[in-house]
Amino acid sequence: MISFFLKRLLLLIPVFLAVSVVIFMIVHLVPGDPIDNLVQINSSPEQKAALAARYGLDKPLYQQYAIWLGKALTGDLGDAIILRRPVSDLIAQNLPHSLSLGALALLFSTVVGIAAGVLAAIYKDSWIDRVTMTLILLGSTVPSFWLGLLLIMLFAVQLGWFPVSGARSWDALILPVLTIGLGGVALVARVTRVAMMETARKDFVMMLHAKGVPPWQIELRHVLRHALLPVVTILSLRIGWILGGAVTVEFVFARPGLGSLLITSLNQRDYPVVQGALLMLAIAVMLGTLLGDIVQAAMDPRVRERIK
Amino acid sequence: MALLSVQDISVSIGVLSPLESVTFEIDKGEILGLVGESGSGKSLTAMCVMGLLPRIGGTITKGAIVFDGRDLTRLPELELRRLRGKRIALISQNPMTSLDPIIRIGAQIDQVSTLHLGLSAEAAKARSLELIAQLRIPEPAAIHRAYPHQLSGGMKQRIVIAMALAADPDLIVADEPTTALDVTIQAQIIQIMAELVRDRGLALMLITHDMGVVAQACDRVVVLYAGRVAEMNVIGEIFAAPKHPYTRELIRCIPRLGQEPGSLKGIPGVVPSIVDYPEGCRFNPRCSDAQALCRERKPALERKSTGLAACHFSEA
Ligand SMILES: Nc1ncnc2c1ncn2[C@@H]1O[C@H](COP(=O)(O)OP(=O)(O)O)[C@@H](O)[C@H]1O
Ligand code: SF4
Ligand SMILES: [Mg+2]
Repeated sequence: MISFFLKRLLLLIPVFLAVSVVIFMIVHLVPGDPIDNLVQINSSPEQKAALAARYGLDKPLYQQYAIWLGKALTGDLGDAIILRRPVSDLIAQNLPHSLSLGALALLFSTVVGIAAGVLAAIYKDSWIDRVTMTLILLGSTVPSFWLGLLLIMLFAVQLGWFPVSGARSWDALILPVLTIGLGGVALVARVTRVAMMETARKDFVMMLHAKGVPPWQIELRHVLRHALLPVVTILSLRIGWILGGAVTVEFVFARPGLGSLLITSLNQRDYPVVQGALLMLAIAVMLGTLLGDIVQAAMDPRVRERIK
Repeated sequence: MALLSVQDISVSIGVLSPLESVTFEIDKGEILGLVGESGSGKSLTAMCVMGLLPRIGGTITKGAIVFDGRDLTRLPELELRRLRGKRIALISQNPMTSLDPIIRIGAQIDQVSTLHLGLSAEAAKARSLELIAQLRIPEPAAIHRAYPHQLSGGMKQRIVIAMALAADPDLIVADEPTTALDVTIQAQIIQIMAELVRDRGLALMLITHDMGVVAQACDRVVVLYAGRVAEMNVIGEIFAAPKHPYTRELIRCIPRLGQEPGSLKGIPGVVPSIVDYPEGCRFNPRCSDAQALCRERKPALERKSTGLAACHFSEA
């Protein structure tokens, strides 16, 4: 299990390098010279050159990349140009907000999605199945920013149950979590339902009935366990999606977080911050897939066999 | 009184009628063979006895299945469930797919005795280890911890047999228990199974398409053809004096030692499709004795000098 973990971690290194190149290049691919955005309109070429030297922008690209990556690996992501603070500080300040939002949204999607999927599968073709699946269809077609605005209008503005924006109290988390998580609920529920119904047709399930195992035990202890395998896969892929969702949702709800930081610094062309925030998001996505692989291996002995 | 008495049952699945007036009995301690080519309705008969027919969308439209004095066709599902695994156990056709692939072998055997005998986890494990050993599987403790994919087909089928024995049933229904296995271990598995069943005085309904298996293990045989009983008799009589032309063909097709490979011929013609069974005797298109009457009237299952047969022209 540990060697499996290390192997997967090693496999992530080339992915990480490729992603870091892309993130680094973004700065150089967007139109406009970063320096132009730094200096005053009327500064002299000498002033520009001095600035470029200060940020290392006078060196060849590959050297700039090597320096940036080398420092990034030690936790030094440079200084923010506009905010004039170490990028790592800004990330440390904003990351917990995004993590709690993302983790809660993931938890919400998982728990509610699985419960809905199980209900729909067990009561398939009854009204419970139809109602659940209709809600799920609605949930998966509504864009999250629109849903967020809708939730704000209804629960925050009209009913006043929750704060409209910010992150000062815990209940400010509820609407953002709902906004990001509902799409995930729909996805998880659909996958759970289909996987349960497919598993229920397997020979071993008939054998369990022949053993006299009560149906609820068959559904929950055997069929659901199998159905969770594809659910884990899509959940680990969903982590990136949820973080992407966090970016827009933090913006809609004016919450602090990596997403807000990213959008603000993009608008201000504060590239060290953009690079740092993107790098963190990429790492989170990679760790998410790694986590998914580990959970999968823990749940399925056949996967463990394959990776030996 | 017989332990199990299947009385004149007919089955429908949607518009199909795959079983028609099937009748037979199994006594305590008896091994009954249920033989027939693929599609003759053997598995469906097993499903009826297990009370699992509704799970595949079928219903028993006629007749009764009396087990130990109770008609299973009238028993509520909860009662049936208490019989399944405890008093009537199933050994299924494909050991590769009949175990839960992500649960340890041991837990799957333990499940039966904790469920039906109320054993504690430790007691169930001890019992499973004993059963595994009785099936002549080396290193029971290691097997108890293993997962299904780590075992060969033959080993898995032994585990399924252990599972069937775990709650001390009175009747075991084995649906082609060796068909999916390597030829070289088929006889061995049948042997082990028959021995264990005899030692414990259990009744076994052994489903097979192979008359060789019948000869090896059974006391009595029911021959099924296209959803109807063609013949029924004790083992000696069946082989010495088969009454039904179909039984004769089945016996002719047993592979024999020293036979040229490839010289073995199947029964001429094909099993008729369920959607268009022939009129009269369903065997008539393939029967060398068939006459005009066979195409018009269905032969009744009648008492002969020994046993029962459903043929217009079988001698006494
Ligand atoms: N679930 C089902 N739905 C419809 N027809 C079925 C079903 N199961 C079996 N049958 C039909 O019933 C007949 C008997 O099947 P089966 O009992 O499986 O035969 P056997 O086990 O002797 O090979 C076959 O013609 C088969 O096509
Ligand atoms: S009834 Fe006729 S067709 Fe049927 S088995 Fe007897 S002889 Fe053959
Ligand atoms: Mg069959």
